[in-house]
Parts: sequence; structure tokens; C-alpha cells
Amino acid sequence: MTELLRVARVDKTFAAPPRFGDGLLRLIGRAPRRAALRAVSDVSLDMTRGEALGLVGESGCGKSTLGRVIAGVHPQSAGRVLLDGAPVTDAAGMKTTTRVQMVFQDPFASLDPRMRVGDGLAEGPLAHGLTTRAGARDYVGAWLDAVNLPREAAGRYPHQFSGGQRQRIAIARALAMQPDLIVCDEPVASLDVSIQAQIINLFLDLRRRLGLTMIFISHDLSVVRHVCDRIAIMYLGRIVELGPGAEIFAQPRHPYTRALIDSAPRLALDDATAVFRPIEGELPSPLNPPSGCAFHQRCPRAQARCRGERPEMRTIEAGREVACHDPL
Amino acid sequence: MNETGLSRFWADFAQNRVAVVALAVVALVMATALAAPLIAPQNPYDLATLQLSDARRPPGHVSALTGLHYWLGTDAQGRDLLSAILYGLRISVMIGAAAGAIAFALGATLGAFAAYVGGRTEALLMRVIDLQLSFPAILLALVLAAVLGQGKAQLVTALVTAQYAYFARTAHGAAKAERNKEYVEAALSTPLPAWRVVFRHILPNAMPPLIVVATVQIANAIALEATLSFLGLGLPVSEPSLGMLIANGFQYMLSGRYWISIYPGVALIVLIVAINIVGDQIRDQLNPRLQR
Repeated sequence: MTELLRVARVDKTFAAPPRFGDGLLRLIGRAPRRAALRAVSDVSLDMTRGEALGLVGESGCGKSTLGRVIAGVHPQSAGRVLLDGAPVTDAAGMKTTTRVQMVFQDPFASLDPRMRVGDGLAEGPLAHGLTTRAGARDYVGAWLDAVNLPREAAGRYPHQFSGGQRQRIAIARALAMQPDLIVCDEPVASLDVSIQAQIINLFLDLRRRLGLTMIFISHDLSVVRHVCDRIAIMYLGRIVELGPGAEIFAQPRHPYTRALIDSAPRLALDDATAVFRPIEGELPSPLNPPSGCAFHQRCPRAQARCRGERPEMRTIEAGREVACHDPL
Repeated sequence: MNETGLSRFWADFAQNRVAVVALAVVALVMATALAAPLIAPQNPYDLATLQLSDARRPPGHVSALTGLHYWLGTDAQGRDLLSAILYGLRISVMIGAAAGAIAFALGATLGAFAAYVGGRTEALLMRVIDLQLSFPAILLALVLAAVLGQGKAQLVTALVTAQYAYFARTAHGAAKAERNKEYVEAALSTPLPAWRVVFRHILPNAMPPLIVVATVQIANAIALEATLSFLGLGLPVSEPSLGMLIANGFQYMLSGRYWISIYPGVALIVLIVAINIVGDQIRDQLNPRLQR
């Protein structure tokens, strides 16, 4: 197994947009201090070739931002994202590699409505010399085959397809760049449940056939469990638990992971009395993160130490890391 | 826009009879203006064919010298007004369309570029454009036409300078909305070069409001050109456009020779109103909130 992706101490902050008059205030020595939003804090992780990693957490925990940083859509504010040892973005923050591609959540928004499917699929490969004008039709056709769409789809517009078909097109667009890594940002969250299964099966199938390395971002534990080898649980911009999916589901070590698993509604046909335990409280604002462990306000096991000192990620057994002073 | 979209668009357009008539008028005026040298009874720019003795003849007069039937009368130089109007429309339409097209290309590119890059560049560009929009277009065009002098190229330059800001403003707003959509993010994550993202993805999607502005601004360009010519800042006297024809007849208005000013004026009004009706209809159709 060779290492493909290395994410080292990555931060992503979004500065508050300047407001009218800021310059004037600065001029008179009263520069406004506005908190920057720290969406991703000090995240490190490695991936080996062929692996599927699930990135799980509540809305607003920074998982999509981390995915976009890894895919080079947003440059990181600090730290490094290396693909086979080479940075994904250049010094100016522009993406330089085609080897990591992205599939977005909403297939109704991620395809240009005014471009024929075939043109949209051929655009990137043509721009990067992966195919020629003469060969584009066959090239696009081959990738439409790969996602089980008819080749005639190339001549039509995105609005003529259903949500599931559109997501197949978006997947084909990412694959047509022949990436080493694809980052899928909630690729099934906006699809009907019946379609979700098809798309997930497509991912499993593609992974087997093409040996894809994938990052699968989702808030849906059951989806991630189905697709991924390893899972990273994120809370307020940080990874709090990382390890093999089966082990994490069998025995979560971070109280937040435990709470997430317990709160996930699932079909309990044989047990009509099943009760789901929602997590107490809400995700704190990343503009004003709590002291110490970010989860301490909602944690049933919180101690005095959790309020004052932030737990670092540490390896508690082979392949399993957790950021908690008192893991389960 | 694809075939089905276009045919549906036309079906919706055809629902409005007035707009269809207006579109027909625009098409007719454009066609006759472009074909003016072929259909006009006289070449009004060829001074040798003009009969000074036929000056200021009323509509319907038949020239004693050439036998020419002056349907709409003649002006002070003995020009057949019908011919002069056709040739004048030709100039007005060509200058209006050229200025509109150049202002469109320039403004749309600038606005979309500003929306794409964002930050300081965007703020600076858009404030300059806002500043320019705070001056009346006619004032700007007037000053520029006076500074640049007479001639078609100079006139087009003045009109473009006065009008590109409207396109830039509109393109900026529309492109800003498109900029944050996922398909742009997808294009950037491929990655595709910035010019490609702007011209192939953002601008085509920002087109609907720009098309509306374009129809209105072409009508405005024609009106603006007529105004400048009326004030004597447009084209040389030897090639009168509609504005100059109106100006030339102005002094005879009160002496009963209404036709020299009125007929070119009517032609101008009909063209501008027709373009505006077509523009309004397109705007209504492209506005999702007004869709039935």
C-alpha cells in the first residue's frame, strides 16, 4: 500500500468580508476586529491508494470545507495538502493538478445548464490533453458507459435528466479527468432514497473496477458505513476520531461518535419501542468556539479538564486515533 | 438555449400580439434600412442628383424636372424625404447596433470579470462604473462627441463609452449570482483556465438579463445618436442621419412645412417604441417571477 494523500496540519479560515468604512476606521487607528471563521482547524490525515475514507459530522462541522481544500477548490490557510508528494494548489492558491476531482452534492447545480452533457464532459479532458477533438466523442462515450448512461446522453442538456442520472453525469465528469483521488461531497444527500442505493452501488462498482481512491463526505452514517474502509468523525473543524469503519461502529471511542451513532434514525422494524437519542444542544459557532474540548458543553462525560485543555489526537490502539481526555 | 427552449420561448412570445407586431416592425425597418440603396427612389447623399428647385416641396409633389414622385416631400436641399429617411435609418440602425454590440461585449466582459475575480479589483472596477452611471449618458456622449469630432467611428466610440457601464452593471450582478453556483466550482476544480470559466460558463448563464438590457440599450443608442446629430455633433451634414433631418426641418416647423421634421421623427419613434416593446416582452418572459 502506497501513500497517496497527505494532509498535514491544515487550517482553513474565512476572513470576514470588509465592510464599508473599514479603511476609514483603520486610518483613524480604530481598525475593526472581526473574528475570522475557522472552518477547518489543524487537520492531519493520510490516505493510501485504493482506500475509501468517510468524512462524517453534523452540518457546519467543516467536512465540506475540508473536502474542498483537499480537492484544491479552496486553498488552505495553513498546512499542506500533498498528493503523491506534490502540492494540490500553487503558491497563489490556484489548483495545479487534475489528479484530484470532485463530485458535488446537488447535481441540479453542479452541471452547467447551458452546456450539452457531451461538451461538459469533454471540456476538461480537452483542456488538459487527455483526449483530442477527433477522439472526444468516443472518449466521452466510454465514460458514459462507465456510469451506465446511454451514449446518446452526450447530445442532451442536463435538465433533460433525472437527479440520479445527473449525478451519474457529474461522476463521469470527475472520472473523465482520470483522477487518482475523487472527493465526493454528500453525493447522495439530495437524491431520493431509491436512487441513493443505485448511486452507492455505482461507487462501489467503480471502486472495484478502477481502483479509485475516494473521500466520501456525508452526514449519513449508514451511507458511509456501506462505502468506506476508514471513517473520520469531525466536530467543529477538527477530526475527533479516526479509524476503520467497522471498529468505530462496533466500539466508538469518542463520546461524540457514540452520540452520533445513537442519534441516527434507522429502520427498526422488529423493535417498535426503539428510541433515538438526539445529541443535546447545538453545534457551537465556529466564530466563537468553546474553550478546551469543543464538545465539552454537550458531552455527558465532560470533566473540569475538558473545559480548560483541548485534547490532541492520539493513537489509542493500532489504526485508531481519538481526541478525547477520557475516551470510551 | 436549446431547441426546445427556443421554440417554447417563441410560443410564449407569440402570445403577445403587440410584441409580435413590434417585432415585425423592427424587422421591416431593419430590412428597409439595410436595403435602402436598392429601394430608395433617390440617393440623398449624391448632391448631383438633388434639385434645389424642388426644395421644401410638400408630400405628394411630383418633380417638374425629373418626374420623381416625392411621397413624403423634400427638405431644404431638395432631397426626397422618403429616401433620406431610409438612408438615415440605415445609418441610425448601423451605428446603434454597432455601438450596442461593442458596449455589450466590453461591458459584459468587464462585469463578468469583476464578478469572477472579486476582492479589491472588483470593488475598484464597479465603483468606477457606478461613478460613471451617476452621470447622464447623454452628457457623457455629448462631451465625447464634441472632443472626438465628427464621423461614424467617433460617434460609435462616444456611444460605447456612454453605454458600456449599463452592460457592465447588469453583467456583474448576474455573473455574481452565477459565480457561487456549484457548476462554476466544478469548472474550477477540474481545473479550467479562468477565461474559459468566465466565457464558457458564467457569461452564457448570465445572458438573459443582458439580452434585455441590450434591446433597451440599442434603442437608447439610436435615440442618443439622433440627439447628438440633432445638436450637430453627430455625422457630417453631407450624410444626414434621422437626428439631423429633424434638426434641419426644425426651423420650418412653424412656417407650415411640418413634413421635414415630422416624418423622420415618426420613423425614429416607431423604431424605438417597437424595439422597446420587443425588449419588454423578452424581459417579462425571462423574469421567472412573472411566469404564469
